[in-house]
Amino acid sequence: MRVPGRGLAKGLAVTLRQMSRRSVTAHYPDAMPELPPRSRGVIALIEENCTSCMLCARECPAWCIYIDSHKDVIPATTEGGKDKTRNVLDRFAIDFSICMYCSICIEACPFDALHWSPEFEYAELDIRELTHEKDRLREWMWTVPAPVALDEHAEPAKEIGVAQKATEKANEKAAEQAAEKAAEPAAEDRP
Amino acid sequence: MGEALEIALRLAVVLAAFLVAPLLVGQVEHKAMAHMQGRVGPMYAGGFHGWAQLVADGVKFVQKEDVIPAAADRMVFKIAPAVALVPYLVAMLVIPLGPGLVGQDLDIGLFFVIAVMGVGVIGSLMGGWSSANKFSLLGGIRVAAQLMAYELPFVLAAASVAMAAGTLSLTGIVEAWSPWWLLWQAVAMFVFFVSGLAEVQRPPFDMPVADAEIVFGPYTEYGGLRFALFILAEYAGIVVLSALTAVLFLGGWHGPFEDQLGWLWTLLKTMAVAFVVIWVRVAYPRLREDQLQRLAWQALVPLALLQLAVTAVGVVLIA
Repeated sequence: MRVPGRGLAKGLAVTLRQMSRRSVTAHYPDAMPELPPRSRGVIALIEENCTSCMLCARECPAWCIYIDSHKDVIPATTEGGKDKTRNVLDRFAIDFSICMYCSICIEACPFDALHWSPEFEYAELDIRELTHEKDRLREWMWTVPAPVALDEHAEPAKEIGVAQKATEKANEKAAEQAAEKAAEPAAEDRP
Repeated sequence: MGEALEIALRLAVVLAAFLVAPLLVGQVEHKAMAHMQGRVGPMYAGGFHGWAQLVADGVKFVQKEDVIPAAADRMVFKIAPAVALVPYLVAMLVIPLGPGLVGQDLDIGLFFVIAVMGVGVIGSLMGGWSSANKFSLLGGIRVAAQLMAYELPFVLAAASVAMAAGTLSLTGIVEAWSPWWLLWQAVAMFVFFVSGLAEVQRPPFDMPVADAEIVFGPYTEYGGLRFALFILAEYAGIVVLSALTAVLFLGGWHGPFEDQLGWLWTLLKTMAVAFVVIWVRVAYPRLREDQLQRLAWQALVPLALLQLAVTAVGVVLIA
Protein backbone atom coordinates (compact mmCIF):
# COMPACT_ATOMS: atom_id res chain seq x y z
CA MET A 1 0.00 0.00 0.00
CA ARG A 2 1.26 3.43 -0.84
CA VAL A 3 1.38 5.80 2.07
CA PRO A 4 0.03 9.21 1.06
CA GLY A 5 2.73 11.86 1.14
CA ARG A 6 5.46 9.31 0.56
CA GLY A 7 6.63 11.12 -2.52
CA LEU A 8 6.78 14.40 -0.62
CA ALA A 9 8.89 12.84 2.11
CA LYS A 10 11.15 11.32 -0.51
CA GLY A 11 11.70 14.75 -2.02
CA LEU A 12 12.73 16.16 1.32
CA ALA A 13 15.03 13.21 1.95
CA VAL A 14 16.74 13.64 -1.40
CA THR A 15 17.53 17.30 -0.81
CA LEU A 16 18.73 16.65 2.73
CA ARG A 17 20.97 13.83 1.60
CA GLN A 18 22.38 16.04 -1.13
CA MET A 19 23.11 18.73 1.46
CA SER A 20 25.17 16.30 3.53
CA ARG A 21 27.31 15.42 0.53
CA ARG A 22 30.25 17.40 -0.73
CA SER A 23 29.33 19.98 -3.30
CA VAL A 24 30.64 19.47 -6.80
CA THR A 25 31.53 23.10 -7.40
CA ALA A 26 34.91 23.65 -9.05
CA HIS A 27 36.59 26.48 -7.17
CA TYR A 28 38.39 27.47 -10.30
CA PRO A 29 40.28 30.71 -9.68
CA ASP A 30 41.14 29.51 -6.16
CA ALA A 31 41.96 25.95 -7.15
CA MET A 32 43.12 24.89 -10.59
CA PRO A 33 40.95 22.31 -12.32
CA GLU A 34 42.28 18.82 -12.79
CA LEU A 35 42.20 18.53 -16.55
CA PRO A 36 42.55 15.31 -18.49
CA PRO A 37 46.17 14.97 -19.64
CA ARG A 38 45.35 15.43 -23.33
CA SER A 39 43.09 18.48 -22.87
CA ARG A 40 42.90 20.80 -25.84
CA GLY A 41 43.86 24.00 -24.13
CA VAL A 42 46.04 25.81 -26.58
CA ILE A 43 48.14 24.90 -29.61
CA ALA A 44 51.87 25.08 -28.98
CA LEU A 45 54.53 25.25 -31.64
CA ILE A 46 58.07 23.92 -31.79
CA GLU A 47 59.52 26.46 -34.12
CA GLU A 48 62.61 24.35 -34.77
CA ASN A 49 60.52 21.53 -36.22
CA CYS A 50 58.53 23.75 -38.51
CA THR A 51 59.52 23.73 -42.18
CA SER A 52 56.87 26.30 -43.17
CA CYS A 53 55.33 23.66 -45.40
CA MET A 54 51.93 25.36 -44.93
CA LEU A 55 50.10 22.05 -44.55
CA CYS A 56 48.54 23.12 -41.29
CA ALA A 57 47.44 26.47 -42.64
CA ARG A 58 45.87 24.80 -45.65
CA GLU A 59 44.10 22.10 -43.66
CA CYS A 60 42.74 24.52 -41.10
CA PRO A 61 38.95 24.67 -41.68
CA ALA A 62 38.74 28.06 -39.99
CA TRP A 63 41.74 29.59 -41.74
CA CYS A 64 43.15 30.80 -38.48
CA ILE A 65 46.84 29.99 -39.02
CA TYR A 66 49.06 32.65 -40.55
CA ILE A 67 52.48 31.66 -41.86
CA ASP A 68 55.11 33.88 -43.51
CA SER A 69 58.45 32.51 -44.59
CA HIS A 70 61.30 33.15 -46.95
CA LYS A 71 64.00 31.03 -48.48
CA ASP A 72 67.54 31.31 -47.20
CA VAL A 73 70.41 30.31 -49.44
CA ILE A 74 73.04 28.15 -47.81
CA PRO A 75 76.20 28.47 -49.87
CA ALA A 76 77.70 25.23 -51.08
CA THR A 77 80.24 23.75 -48.72
CA THR A 78 82.39 22.30 -51.47
CA GLU A 79 83.72 24.33 -54.32
CA GLY A 80 81.65 24.10 -57.44
CA GLY A 81 78.84 22.51 -55.44
CA LYS A 82 75.24 23.52 -55.55
CA ASP A 83 73.87 26.14 -53.15
CA LYS A 84 71.20 24.77 -50.86
CA THR A 85 68.00 26.59 -49.91
CA ARG A 86 66.21 26.38 -46.63
CA ASN A 87 62.83 27.69 -45.51
CA VAL A 88 63.01 30.20 -42.70
CA LEU A 89 59.89 30.90 -40.66
CA ASP A 90 59.17 34.61 -40.33
CA ARG A 91 55.79 34.51 -38.79
CA PHE A 92 53.63 31.75 -37.36
CA ALA A 93 50.45 32.97 -35.69
CA ILE A 94 47.22 31.31 -34.65
CA ASP A 95 44.10 33.42 -34.19
CA PHE A 96 42.44 31.74 -31.22
CA SER A 97 39.35 33.85 -31.67
CA ILE A 98 38.67 31.87 -34.86
CA CYS A 99 40.28 28.55 -33.96
CA MET A 100 37.72 25.86 -33.22
CA TYR A 101 40.14 23.49 -31.52
CA CYS A 102 39.48 20.77 -34.09
CA SER A 103 43.06 19.48 -33.88
CA ILE A 104 43.33 19.05 -37.65
CA CYS A 105 46.49 21.20 -37.89
CA ILE A 106 48.18 19.08 -35.26
CA GLU A 107 47.31 15.90 -37.11
CA ALA A 108 48.32 17.41 -40.43
CA CYS A 109 51.77 18.50 -39.31
CA PRO A 110 54.28 15.94 -40.71
CA PHE A 111 57.11 17.19 -38.49
CA ASP A 112 55.42 17.22 -35.07
CA ALA A 113 55.80 20.96 -34.78
CA LEU A 114 52.32 21.49 -33.33
CA HIS A 115 51.12 20.07 -30.04
CA TRP A 116 48.22 20.42 -27.66
CA SER A 117 48.98 22.08 -24.36
CA PRO A 118 46.45 21.90 -21.52
CA GLU A 119 47.11 25.57 -20.72
CA PHE A 120 43.84 27.49 -21.04
CA GLU A 121 44.29 30.82 -19.31
CA TYR A 122 44.99 33.11 -22.23
CA ALA A 123 41.87 35.24 -22.24
CA GLU A 124 42.27 38.78 -23.52
CA LEU A 125 40.16 41.90 -23.19
CA ASP A 126 40.33 42.58 -26.92
CA ILE A 127 39.51 39.94 -29.49
CA ARG A 128 42.36 41.15 -31.70
CA GLU A 129 44.87 40.24 -29.03
CA LEU A 130 43.90 36.59 -29.29
CA THR A 131 46.16 36.20 -32.32
CA HIS A 132 49.23 34.71 -30.73
CA GLU A 133 52.58 34.86 -32.46
CA LYS A 134 55.24 32.17 -32.67
CA ASP A 135 57.22 33.23 -29.61
CA ARG A 136 54.11 32.89 -27.45
CA LEU A 137 53.28 29.58 -29.09
CA ARG A 138 56.83 28.42 -28.45
CA GLU A 139 56.51 29.29 -24.76
CA TRP A 140 53.45 27.10 -24.49
CA MET A 141 55.52 24.19 -25.76
CA TRP A 142 57.01 23.91 -22.26
CA THR A 143 53.58 23.09 -20.86
CA VAL A 144 52.93 20.22 -23.26
CA PRO A 145 52.85 16.96 -21.32
CA ALA A 146 55.27 14.22 -22.26
CA PRO A 147 53.97 11.71 -24.81
CA VAL A 148 52.35 8.55 -23.60
CA ALA A 149 54.89 5.93 -22.58
CA LEU A 150 55.47 3.10 -25.04
CA ASP A 151 54.34 -0.43 -24.32
CA GLU A 152 56.85 -2.80 -22.83
CA HIS A 153 59.26 -4.31 -25.40
CA ALA A 154 57.97 -1.94 -28.01
CA GLU A 155 60.25 -0.74 -30.72
CA PRO A 156 61.68 2.63 -29.70
CA ALA A 157 60.46 5.61 -31.65
CA LYS A 158 62.25 6.36 -34.90
CA GLU A 159 63.26 9.81 -33.73
CA ILE A 160 65.13 8.35 -30.82
CA GLY A 161 67.12 6.03 -33.07
CA VAL A 162 67.89 8.91 -35.40
CA ALA A 163 68.95 11.14 -32.57
CA GLN A 164 71.12 8.40 -31.08
CA LYS A 165 72.81 7.80 -34.40
CA ALA A 166 73.38 11.51 -34.81
CA THR A 167 74.98 11.84 -31.40
CA GLU A 168 77.12 8.75 -32.01
CA LYS A 169 78.28 10.20 -35.29
CA ALA A 170 79.07 13.51 -33.66
CA ASN A 171 80.98 11.78 -30.90
CA GLU A 172 82.97 9.73 -33.41
CA LYS A 173 83.81 12.82 -35.42
CA ALA A 174 84.92 14.64 -32.28
CA ALA A 175 87.08 11.70 -31.27
CA GLU A 176 88.60 11.52 -34.76
CA GLN A 177 89.35 15.20 -34.70
CA ALA A 178 90.94 14.87 -31.28
CA ALA A 179 93.03 11.95 -32.53
CA GLU A 180 94.05 13.93 -35.62
CA LYS A 181 95.11 16.83 -33.45
CA ALA A 182 97.14 14.53 -31.24
CA ALA A 183 98.78 13.00 -34.34
CA GLU A 184 99.52 16.37 -35.95
CA PRO A 185 103.09 16.81 -34.67
CA ALA A 186 103.96 13.39 -36.08
CA ALA A 187 102.49 14.26 -39.45
CA GLU A 188 105.00 17.10 -39.94
CA ASP A 189 107.65 14.60 -40.92
CA ARG A 190 105.69 13.37 -43.84
CA PRO A 191 106.57 14.64 -47.22
CA MET B 1 11.43 58.31 32.43
CA GLY B 2 12.50 54.76 33.22
CA GLU B 3 9.41 53.41 31.53
CA ALA B 4 10.01 55.46 28.40
CA LEU B 5 13.58 54.19 28.30
CA GLU B 6 12.41 50.61 28.62
CA ILE B 7 9.92 51.03 25.81
CA ALA B 8 12.59 52.62 23.65
CA LEU B 9 14.93 49.73 24.43
CA ARG B 10 12.30 47.12 23.58
CA LEU B 11 11.51 48.87 20.33
CA ALA B 12 15.19 49.12 19.48
CA VAL B 13 15.67 45.40 20.11
CA VAL B 14 12.63 44.48 18.02
CA LEU B 15 13.84 46.75 15.21
CA ALA B 16 17.30 45.21 15.37
CA ALA B 17 15.80 41.73 15.27
CA PHE B 18 13.61 42.82 12.37
CA LEU B 19 16.64 44.00 10.42
CA VAL B 20 18.96 41.10 11.28
CA ALA B 21 16.74 38.02 11.37
CA PRO B 22 15.50 38.20 7.74
CA LEU B 23 19.08 38.65 6.55
CA LEU B 24 20.09 35.65 8.60
CA VAL B 25 17.31 33.57 7.07
CA GLY B 26 18.27 34.86 3.64
CA GLN B 27 21.88 33.86 4.14
CA VAL B 28 20.89 30.44 5.42
CA GLU B 29 18.71 30.10 2.36
CA HIS B 30 21.60 31.02 0.08
CA LYS B 31 23.90 28.46 1.63
CA ALA B 32 21.46 25.67 2.48
CA MET B 33 19.81 25.82 -0.91
CA ALA B 34 23.19 25.82 -2.62
CA HIS B 35 24.37 22.75 -0.74
CA MET B 36 21.07 20.96 -1.33
CA GLN B 37 21.74 21.48 -5.02
CA GLY B 38 25.37 20.39 -4.79
CA ARG B 39 26.71 23.93 -5.06
CA VAL B 40 28.48 26.09 -2.49
CA GLY B 41 26.57 29.36 -2.79
CA PRO B 42 28.20 32.77 -2.24
CA MET B 43 31.85 32.39 -1.27
CA TYR B 44 33.50 35.78 -1.64
CA ALA B 45 31.47 38.62 -0.10
CA GLY B 46 32.83 39.41 3.35
CA GLY B 47 35.72 36.98 3.03
CA PHE B 48 34.45 33.99 4.98
CA HIS B 49 32.05 31.83 2.94
CA GLY B 50 30.25 34.87 1.62
CA TRP B 51 28.65 35.83 4.92
CA ALA B 52 28.15 39.43 3.76
CA GLN B 53 26.44 38.55 0.49
CA LEU B 54 23.11 40.05 1.49
CA VAL B 55 24.78 43.20 2.78
CA ALA B 56 26.44 43.52 -0.61
CA ASP B 57 23.08 42.92 -2.29
CA GLY B 58 21.56 45.64 -0.15
CA VAL B 59 24.29 48.09 -1.13
CA LYS B 60 23.67 47.25 -4.76
CA PHE B 61 19.92 47.76 -4.46
CA VAL B 62 20.41 51.14 -2.81
CA GLN B 63 22.59 52.33 -5.67
CA LYS B 64 20.01 51.52 -8.32
CA GLU B 65 17.81 54.01 -10.06
CA ASP B 66 14.31 54.47 -8.69
CA VAL B 67 12.06 53.86 -11.67
CA ILE B 68 8.32 54.46 -11.62
CA PRO B 69 6.37 53.47 -14.74
CA ALA B 70 4.76 56.40 -16.53
CA ALA B 71 1.26 54.96 -16.29
CA ALA B 72 1.63 53.85 -12.68
CA ASP B 73 -0.52 55.08 -9.85
CA ARG B 74 2.48 56.83 -8.35
CA MET B 75 1.32 57.24 -4.77
CA VAL B 76 0.11 53.65 -4.37
CA PHE B 77 3.15 52.36 -6.25
CA LYS B 78 5.47 54.16 -3.88
CA ILE B 79 3.93 53.12 -0.58
CA ALA B 80 3.22 49.50 -1.55
CA PRO B 81 6.61 48.17 -0.36
CA ALA B 82 6.13 49.85 2.99
CA VAL B 83 2.65 48.36 3.33
CA ALA B 84 4.16 44.96 2.60
CA LEU B 85 7.02 45.34 5.04
CA VAL B 86 5.77 47.24 8.10
CA PRO B 87 3.10 44.72 9.18
CA TYR B 88 5.80 42.12 9.79
CA LEU B 89 7.69 44.60 11.93
CA VAL B 90 4.53 45.21 13.92
CA ALA B 91 3.90 41.49 14.18
CA MET B 92 7.37 40.92 15.56
CA LEU B 93 6.58 43.37 18.30
CA VAL B 94 4.14 41.00 19.98
CA ILE B 95 5.89 37.66 19.48
CA PRO B 96 7.42 36.57 22.79
CA LEU B 97 10.93 35.11 23.00
CA GLY B 98 10.63 34.19 26.66
CA PRO B 99 8.42 35.02 29.63
CA GLY B 100 8.41 38.83 29.66
CA LEU B 101 10.82 38.92 26.73
CA VAL B 102 8.43 40.53 24.30
CA GLY B 103 8.13 43.90 22.63
CA GLN B 104 4.60 44.39 23.83
CA ASP B 105 2.56 41.66 25.47
CA LEU B 106 -0.97 41.90 24.11
CA ASP B 107 -3.94 40.00 25.51
CA ILE B 108 -5.17 39.43 21.98
CA GLY B 109 -1.68 38.84 20.58
CA LEU B 110 -2.69 35.96 18.31
CA PHE B 111 -5.61 37.88 16.88
CA PHE B 112 -3.38 40.90 16.35
CA VAL B 113 -0.60 38.96 14.62
CA ILE B 114 -2.94 37.22 12.22
CA ALA B 115 -4.75 40.44 11.38
CA VAL B 116 -1.49 42.24 10.74
CA MET B 117 -0.07 39.42 8.62
CA GLY B 118 -3.14 39.73 6.43
CA VAL B 119 -2.32 43.40 5.90
CA GLY B 120 1.12 42.49 4.62
CA VAL B 121 -0.42 40.81 1.61
CA ILE B 122 -2.23 44.05 0.75
CA GLY B 123 1.18 45.52 -0.10
CA SER B 124 1.68 42.99 -2.91
CA LEU B 125 -1.86 43.62 -4.05
CA MET B 126 -1.23 47.37 -4.18
CA GLY B 127 2.00 46.85 -6.08
CA GLY B 128 0.24 44.61 -8.57
CA TRP B 129 -2.60 47.04 -9.12
CA SER B 130 -0.63 50.26 -9.33
CA SER B 131 2.17 49.11 -11.65
CA ALA B 132 0.06 49.47 -14.81
CA ASN B 133 1.46 46.19 -16.08
CA LYS B 134 -0.50 43.12 -17.04
CA PHE B 135 1.94 40.76 -15.39
CA SER B 136 1.80 42.77 -12.20
CA LEU B 137 -1.99 42.78 -12.33
CA LEU B 138 -2.16 39.02 -12.90
CA GLY B 139 0.26 38.52 -10.03
CA GLY B 140 -1.78 40.81 -7.84
CA ILE B 141 -4.95 38.89 -8.60
CA ARG B 142 -3.19 35.64 -7.81
CA VAL B 143 -2.03 37.17 -4.51
CA ALA B 144 -5.61 38.08 -3.73
CA ALA B 145 -6.89 34.62 -4.61
CA GLN B 146 -4.19 33.03 -2.51
CA LEU B 147 -4.90 35.27 0.44
CA MET B 148 -8.61 34.48 0.23
CA ALA B 149 -7.97 30.75 0.08
CA TYR B 150 -5.32 30.38 2.73
CA GLU B 151 -6.35 32.96 5.30
CA LEU B 152 -9.23 30.71 6.34
CA PRO B 153 -7.27 27.54 7.22
CA PHE B 154 -4.57 29.78 8.71
CA VAL B 155 -7.03 31.38 11.12
CA LEU B 156 -8.81 28.12 11.86
CA ALA B 157 -5.54 26.39 12.75
CA ALA B 158 -4.55 29.27 15.00
CA ALA B 159 -8.01 29.23 16.54
CA SER B 160 -7.54 25.58 17.42
CA VAL B 161 -4.45 26.23 19.48
CA ALA B 162 -6.04 29.30 21.05
CA MET B 163 -9.01 27.17 22.02
CA ALA B 164 -6.74 24.54 23.52
CA ALA B 165 -4.89 27.13 25.57
CA GLY B 166 -8.03 29.08 26.42
CA THR B 167 -6.34 32.39 25.67
CA LEU B 168 -5.43 34.61 22.74
CA SER B 169 -2.28 35.91 24.41
CA LEU B 170 0.81 34.44 22.79
CA THR B 171 2.60 34.33 26.12
CA GLY B 172 -0.44 32.63 27.63
CA ILE B 173 -0.50 30.03 24.85
CA VAL B 174 3.14 29.13 25.39
CA GLU B 175 2.60 28.88 29.12
CA ALA B 176 -0.38 26.57 28.65
CA TRP B 177 1.57 24.41 26.16
CA SER B 178 2.75 20.96 27.10
CA PRO B 179 4.64 18.42 24.97
CA TRP B 180 1.68 16.16 24.20
CA TRP B 181 0.15 19.05 22.29
CA LEU B 182 2.65 18.17 19.56
CA LEU B 183 0.42 15.19 18.86
CA TRP B 184 -2.89 16.77 19.75
CA GLN B 185 -2.29 19.86 17.59
CA ALA B 186 -0.20 18.15 14.91
CA VAL B 187 -2.80 18.66 12.20
CA ALA B 188 -3.26 22.29 13.20
CA MET B 189 0.51 22.79 13.06
CA PHE B 190 0.65 21.29 9.58
CA VAL B 191 -2.26 23.39 8.35
CA PHE B 192 -0.87 26.53 9.97
CA PHE B 193 2.58 26.03 8.51
CA VAL B 194 1.39 25.21 5.01
CA SER B 195 -1.12 28.03 4.81
CA GLY B 196 1.45 30.37 6.35
CA LEU B 197 3.85 29.39 3.57
CA ALA B 198 1.15 30.25 1.07
CA GLU B 199 0.50 33.52 2.86
CA VAL B 200 4.08 34.70 2.52
CA GLN B 201 4.10 33.34 -1.06
CA ARG B 202 7.02 31.08 -0.55
CA PRO B 203 7.69 28.25 -2.97
CA PRO B 204 5.94 25.86 -3.59
CA PHE B 205 3.18 28.45 -3.21
CA ASP B 206 4.88 31.21 -5.21
CA MET B 207 2.28 31.24 -7.94
CA PRO B 208 1.88 35.05 -7.64
CA VAL B 209 5.51 35.63 -8.58
CA ALA B 210 5.87 32.58 -10.86
CA ASP B 211 8.80 33.96 -12.80
CA ALA B 212 8.41 31.59 -15.72
CA GLU B 213 4.91 32.80 -16.43
CA ILE B 214 4.38 36.35 -15.24
CA VAL B 215 7.93 37.73 -14.91
CA PHE B 216 7.83 38.54 -11.21
CA GLY B 217 4.16 39.05 -10.52
CA PRO B 218 3.30 42.17 -8.55
CA TYR B 219 6.98 43.11 -8.27
CA THR B 220 7.67 43.15 -12.01
CA GLU B 221 7.92 46.93 -12.28
CA TYR B 222 9.85 47.39 -9.07
CA GLY B 223 13.58 47.90 -8.90
CA GLY B 224 16.24 49.13 -6.57
CA LEU B 225 15.34 49.89 -2.99
CA ARG B 226 11.60 49.32 -3.34
CA PHE B 227 12.22 45.86 -4.76
CA ALA B 228 14.64 45.18 -1.93
CA LEU B 229 11.94 46.12 0.55
CA PHE B 230 9.55 43.61 -1.02
CA ILE B 231 12.18 40.91 -0.79
CA LEU B 232 12.94 41.90 2.78
CA ALA B 233 9.22 41.63 3.49
CA GLU B 234 9.25 38.08 2.15
CA TYR B 235 12.04 37.10 4.50
CA ALA B 236 10.55 39.00 7.41
CA GLY B 237 7.40 37.01 6.64
CA ILE B 238 9.37 33.79 6.95
CA VAL B 239 10.74 34.94 10.29
CA VAL B 240 7.30 35.87 11.60
CA LEU B 241 5.73 32.65 10.32
CA SER B 242 8.54 30.54 11.81
CA ALA B 243 8.40 32.38 15.12
CA LEU B 244 4.63 32.00 15.26
CA THR B 245 4.82 28.30 14.47
CA ALA B 246 7.48 27.88 17.14
CA VAL B 247 5.50 29.84 19.70
CA LEU B 248 2.08 28.38 18.99
CA PHE B 249 2.86 24.77 18.24
CA LEU B 250 6.41 23.95 19.33
CA GLY B 251 6.22 25.33 22.81
CA GLY B 252 8.28 28.50 22.46
CA TRP B 253 10.74 28.67 25.30
CA HIS B 254 9.88 25.25 26.77
CA GLY B 255 12.93 23.01 26.86
CA PRO B 256 15.83 22.05 29.11
CA PHE B 257 17.13 24.96 31.24
CA GLU B 258 14.17 27.06 30.20
CA ASP B 259 14.64 29.40 33.16
CA GLN B 260 17.95 30.68 31.84
CA LEU B 261 17.92 29.74 28.18
CA GLY B 262 14.24 30.07 27.29
CA TRP B 263 14.84 32.77 24.69
CA LEU B 264 17.47 30.61 23.06
CA TRP B 265 14.99 27.77 22.72
CA THR B 266 12.50 30.06 21.02
CA LEU B 267 15.18 31.28 18.63
CA LEU B 268 16.38 27.75 17.92
CA LYS B 269 12.89 26.51 17.19
CA THR B 270 12.27 29.53 14.99
CA MET B 271 15.44 28.88 13.04
CA ALA B 272 14.54 25.20 12.71
CA VAL B 273 11.15 26.09 11.24
CA ALA B 274 12.77 28.68 8.97
CA PHE B 275 15.11 25.95 7.76
CA VAL B 276 12.12 23.78 6.93
CA VAL B 277 10.68 26.70 4.95
CA ILE B 278 13.88 26.81 2.91
CA TRP B 279 14.05 23.06 2.64
CA VAL B 280 10.52 22.85 1.29
CA ARG B 281 11.37 25.51 -1.25
CA VAL B 282 14.27 23.46 -2.58
CA ALA B 283 12.45 20.14 -2.60
CA TYR B 284 9.14 20.93 -4.27
CA PRO B 285 8.10 22.39 -7.59
CA ARG B 286 5.59 25.22 -7.75
CA LEU B 287 1.91 24.34 -7.44
CA ARG B 288 -0.30 25.28 -10.32
CA GLU B 289 -3.04 27.81 -9.59
CA ASP B 290 -5.82 25.20 -9.58
CA GLN B 291 -3.78 22.81 -7.45
CA LEU B 292 -3.14 25.67 -5.09
CA GLN B 293 -6.83 26.42 -4.69
CA ARG B 294 -7.74 22.76 -4.42
CA LEU B 295 -5.19 22.20 -1.68
CA ALA B 296 -6.63 25.08 0.32
CA TRP B 297 -10.33 24.36 -0.04
CA GLN B 298 -10.36 20.58 -0.33
CA ALA B 299 -7.56 19.66 2.06
CA LEU B 300 -6.55 22.38 4.47
CA VAL B 301 -9.96 23.81 5.37
CA PRO B 302 -11.54 20.41 6.13
CA LEU B 303 -8.42 19.39 8.06
CA ALA B 304 -8.53 22.59 10.07
CA LEU B 305 -12.22 22.09 10.84
CA LEU B 306 -11.52 18.51 11.87
CA GLN B 307 -8.75 19.73 14.12
CA LEU B 308 -11.09 22.28 15.65
CA ALA B 309 -13.51 19.48 16.50
CA VAL B 310 -10.72 17.34 17.96
CA THR B 311 -9.50 20.28 19.99
CA ALA B 312 -13.00 20.99 21.25
CA VAL B 313 -13.40 17.39 22.37
CA GLY B 314 -10.01 17.49 24.03
CA VAL B 315 -10.76 20.72 25.86
CA VAL B 316 -14.06 19.35 27.13
CA LEU B 317 -12.41 16.09 28.25
CA ILE B 318 -9.64 17.88 30.12
CA ALA B 319 -11.93 20.41 31.78
